[in-house]
Amino acid sequence: MPKDELKAGFRLVGTRPNRPDGLDKVTGRARYGADIVAANMLHAAVVRSPYAHARIKKIDASRALALEGVKAVVTRADFPTGLTGEDWNLQENTIAGDTALYDGHAVAAVAATSALVAQDAARLIEVEYEVLPHVTDVDAAMAPDAPVIRAGNADHSVPEGMHPNVVRYIDFGHGDIEAGFAAADLVREGTYKTEATHQGYIEPHACLGQLGADGRGEMWVCTQGHWYIRRMCAAVLGIEAANLRVTPSEIGGGFGGKTTIFMEPLALALSRKAGGRPVKLVMSRAEVLRATGPTASASMDVKIGMKKDGTITAGQVNFRMQGGAFFGMSPIAEALPCAFACYDIPNLMHEGYEVLANRPKAAAYRAPGSPMAAFAVESLLDEMCRELSLDPLQVRLKNAAKEGTKSSYGPTYNRIGLVETLEATMAHPNLSAPLGPNQGRGVAAGFWFNHGGETSVSLQIGEDGTVGVSVGTPDIGGSRASIALMVAETLGIEYEAVRVNVVETGSLGVNEPTHGSRATFASGKAAVEAAESAIKQMCARAAAEWGIDPEAVEWVDGAARPAGENAGKFPPLTIGEIGAKMGGTGGPISGHHESVPGGVGASFGVHVVDVEVDPETGKSTVLRYLVVQDAGRAIHPAYVEGQYQGGAAQGIGWALNEEYIYGADGRLQNPMFLDYRIPVASDLPMIDTVIVEVPNPGHPYGVRGVGETGIAPPLAAVANAVAAASGARLRTLPLSPPKVLAAIKAGQ
Amino acid sequence: MRYHAVGSFDEAVRISASATGVTRFLAGGTDVLVQLRAGIVQPDDIIDIKHVPGVKDITRRADGGWDIGAAVSGVELGAHAALCRDWPGVVEGMRLVGSTQVQGRATLTGNLCNGSPAADSVPGLMAAGATVSVTGPEGARVMAVADIPKSPGKTNLKPGEVITRVHLPPRGANGGDSYLRFIPRTEMDIAVVGCAVNLRIDGDTITEATVALGAVAPTVMLVPAAGAALVGSTLDDAALDALVIAARAACRPISDKRGTAEFRIEVAGVLARRAASIAYARAKGETA
Amino acid sequence: MSRIHITTTVNGEAAEFLTDPRETLLDVLRNQLGLTGSKEGCGTGDCGACSVLLDGVLVSSCLVLGVEVQGKTVETIEGMATDGALHPLQRHFIEHAALQCGFCTPGILVAAKALLAQNDNPTETEIRYWLAGNLCRCTGYDKIVRAVQDAAAEMRGAA
Ligand SMILES: Cc1cc2nc3c(=O)[nH]c(=O)nc-3n(C[C@H](O)[C@H](O)[C@H](O)COP(=O)(O)OP(=O)(O)OC[C@H]3O[C@@H](n4cnc5c(N)ncnc54)[C@H](O)[C@@H]3O)c2cc1C
Ligand code: FES
Ligand code: FES
Repeated sequence: MPKDELKAGFRLVGTRPNRPDGLDKVTGRARYGADIVAANMLHAAVVRSPYAHARIKKIDASRALALEGVKAVVTRADFPTGLTGEDWNLQENTIAGDTALYDGHAVAAVAATSALVAQDAARLIEVEYEVLPHVTDVDAAMAPDAPVIRAGNADHSVPEGMHPNVVRYIDFGHGDIEAGFAAADLVREGTYKTEATHQGYIEPHACLGQLGADGRGEMWVCTQGHWYIRRMCAAVLGIEAANLRVTPSEIGGGFGGKTTIFMEPLALALSRKAGGRPVKLVMSRAEVLRATGPTASASMDVKIGMKKDGTITAGQVNFRMQGGAFFGMSPIAEALPCAFACYDIPNLMHEGYEVLANRPKAAAYRAPGSPMAAFAVESLLDEMCRELSLDPLQVRLKNAAKEGTKSSYGPTYNRIGLVETLEATMAHPNLSAPLGPNQGRGVAAGFWFNHGGETSVSLQIGEDGTVGVSVGTPDIGGSRASIALMVAETLGIEYEAVRVNVVETGSLGVNEPTHGSRATFASGKAAVEAAESAIKQMCARAAAEWGIDPEAVEWVDGAARPAGENAGKFPPLTIGEIGAKMGGTGGPISGHHESVPGGVGASFGVHVVDVEVDPETGKSTVLRYLVVQDAGRAIHPAYVEGQYQGGAAQGIGWALNEEYIYGADGRLQNPMFLDYRIPVASDLPMIDTVIVEVPNPGHPYGVRGVGETGIAPPLAAVANAVAAASGARLRTLPLSPPKVLAAIKAGQ
Repeated sequence: MRYHAVGSFDEAVRISASATGVTRFLAGGTDVLVQLRAGIVQPDDIIDIKHVPGVKDITRRADGGWDIGAAVSGVELGAHAALCRDWPGVVEGMRLVGSTQVQGRATLTGNLCNGSPAADSVPGLMAAGATVSVTGPEGARVMAVADIPKSPGKTNLKPGEVITRVHLPPRGANGGDSYLRFIPRTEMDIAVVGCAVNLRIDGDTITEATVALGAVAPTVMLVPAAGAALVGSTLDDAALDALVIAARAACRPISDKRGTAEFRIEVAGVLARRAASIAYARAKGETA
Repeated sequence: MSRIHITTTVNGEAAEFLTDPRETLLDVLRNQLGLTGSKEGCGTGDCGACSVLLDGVLVSSCLVLGVEVQGKTVETIEGMATDGALHPLQRHFIEHAALQCGFCTPGILVAAKALLAQNDNPTETEIRYWLAGNLCRCTGYDKIVRAVQDAAAEMRGAA
């Protein structure tokens, strides 16, 4: 669809103004989690288990407490008992009870007058452990002889006779899977594995918490969702949610990893114990990697049936995922629906298992589960296309899901843009760029849902006609700019006249975090609704002034006007004029909107990557990269491109080098950026983007969630390119040089 | 922790000799501070040598060789055009250390004394036949760089001994050196394998050759058999094959998070061949 | 443990502070001098978020002890805009959407400024290698590289 046609009629939507927080961020003024201080503040440090699995026999803090400047030490004994379900999980992960469940699990915390004293004190806290057998690999954790991490965690879904570490089983599908395979000309299967990876946000978790003996407190924290922080901290500490006021800082990246709590209740518990003095707790990078929430590791079987012409007749997956030592943390329930979501396949079968392992409690990471699923399915599809000498993009087009397709996970698709995305990909010049020796091209498609979620927005008209918008979704990549654009467009005023603020928990109804690609979708939709409601009130004020029926007033270009000749002849009343008088015309004007927005719009993407593999060392170099994705409508195209590029870069890292490396002792061996190896600037080429716009009918401006899909295709796209370049088909990530070289040699 | 900004190496030695706890000399600090932060080493005394007169100097000796002060940073080394012309392999080894930011601080001496088997500047120094001046409680001595590393994280320096300068021999005519390392990314990784080659030619024939390998044994090491494989040849395929075999045969690597033993052995041969070709071209004046 | 008195120049202004010798320059900037624009992403030299110029040389302030800056000059992100006017790099970063979360931005701006001071027309490859010690997890670097190129072009034109 030609972009200009879509833009027609919009004054602001689709333009690229400077973001409102840009100046603060390029001058160092923006305040992130660790940048705030409070009078009389203490600093905290955390004692963490050096063992993957160990009984905690004794904690002796006497030497630490004797140190000058130490004000409080907390252990699990300082937390309430009797929690159940996810609340218990959160508490147990915040601070270990009887047993440390992974390397890095918090065991105690200390607050002191300086960070150095707190760290010294943490070293003086003596913990006696009884080391227990551990398991970190997902397949090993399911084996009959695996150590039991916590018995009795499995829910009723798990088939009888499975190891107690298997805690969840999911299956669904449609059609007749055996008939589907029987109808195929080629049936292939493969087993794929991905290691856990971390979101790798550059800002470590940080908070400043204060809690008095009266159970009232405050917290300043870097988070994607401060109402979640409030609810979770309240549950873990046994206080009332309304008594905890949580203010989000600017956030230095999250990608899903900052949608939950890790150490925040420790700061509050220490504060309470230290007489209510504020306590600042900032994680080190090593703590972030060891003890926050990476994504799951996965082991996956895939089987696909295809006709000679490329028609997919059947698809079957069996996925195993571990999400750490806690129930419900793996993205198995998201990975399965994503596996075949791009395609219209008559016969499908999905099965999945969630498994406990001695690893940190997994958190969401950009399109949780989808990259792994896409790696498995899109890799096998690529192999089959090669075997049948079919063009991989044509095969994807032939089977592409479209409006009316019954999706692999049940619902029937509304208007979606995969076909348009594939067509735009095929038309892109990167597809015809010549390839040299040891170079290869890989393609893959990917999918992610979009999420509505509890949303509350309020909007205030100022006396000068400028507009404040209060949202509850922290701005992670320009959402304030996009929301301001939509509000200004709706109100018919300038972008600069709208200021969007991310406000604290006391200022709005409950908001879900910025996750599920929902900030621009849900807060944006609610902000537009709030603007509409303010417009209604402003029209009513004008109607009262003119003495006409409110229904006879319309809102055009930032002003109320009589609707048509019959309404009467009055000069327009601008938003500024209405605002200036509002004290005398009925009081403040504000609009608000609360809902769980429906009408989410799924987003599909296709990536094309060219890679060169050094046949003597197995090292892959990314030469060219293309992201094509349906945005529904790009409110601020620069930030949409940014999401595409950022997702692709994370996916490239996951494909090539990133992984959690556990030693035989169950300890994480690479808790530093030096060895965790996210892509650096010189590792990547420019990342070309094409924004396809197939508007989402469920959003006033057609927005789809664009933030997450971009990380789904790269794992398979890179693996497919490496296979094309070197002949080495790897089914286990990352495609690290030793693995690629071994595969090249094995193939020779 | 006590911090001492000393004005002379004698003072540094005096403090370190009388210290009872853990002592660290501080050059660029890019290892010392990381270890401090990670809680690996918590020194009681830190002795900053950057204020000693002359530690930032790079000087050409009368014999044509070079003296490099103990606190010369990677940036400063790379900015010295004449030294880069003489010993491009030594300089490129040091310039591979860390990021631009790390380069602003990190030193050859620190890289050597940190004792890592993967230290990027050390193979080049060893292949060049570099030596260091050492001052200690028992006086001064000159040691070959090749004699400094002892085991991972350990050197053969005696307690209280400090390196004052690094010495490179005169380059002489028709020589060339080079250093290559293998890392999985393009930057910011620790070498999985490193290889330096230093050679001299007469016409097309190699008359002297020294090969050093990093990250394939408990210390950076010279591989005499690999050098010998090149001497007398014109870097023909047979000589290169012999070089590869000798380099691989010398490897005694471990498998760890950065690479498997098999991979390291394999790549040691690949890098030796590539580094030898670069050094040879440089000796012939073909490339910078 | 006894603290040491240090005098130094930060962004052109005289500054003094008391520091425990274990504190890094980054700790001192953030906690003693209130200059929180320099960020800590790792504390071990791997991310570049703490980049500053020390006597004109680009360094990671987490790898410098506070006591080491006695008598030296330090330049941080807070000193980059002069008299309220943004440096061209700062402007181009905003205009190019070269930041998402913005946490890496101060370090990248300081590092890029150091690059342009010695190379007014860097190639894409030179920019990428110079900035290899500055991790950005949000942008994939594309818009950052373009913003640096455009700022360099503007500065060349202005010179
Ligand atoms: C992000 C990052 C990336 C890195 N990448 C690399 C890399 O790619 N390759 C690599 O090889 N290294 C790398 N390093 C490690 C480090 O930068 C190098 O080893 C560097 O050369 C050390 O030099 P320095 O001057 O900073 O040493 P310092 O930290 O000052 O000292 C290192 C050791 O040497 C001792 N020492 C210092 N000076 C003397 C002296 N005059 N006499 C006796 N002992 C002395 C110190 O006490 C200490 O034990 C990296 C480090 C970081 C932080
Ligand atoms: S905080 Fe200094 S380099 Fe990361
Ligand atoms: S913009 Fe978020 S890390 Fe660079």
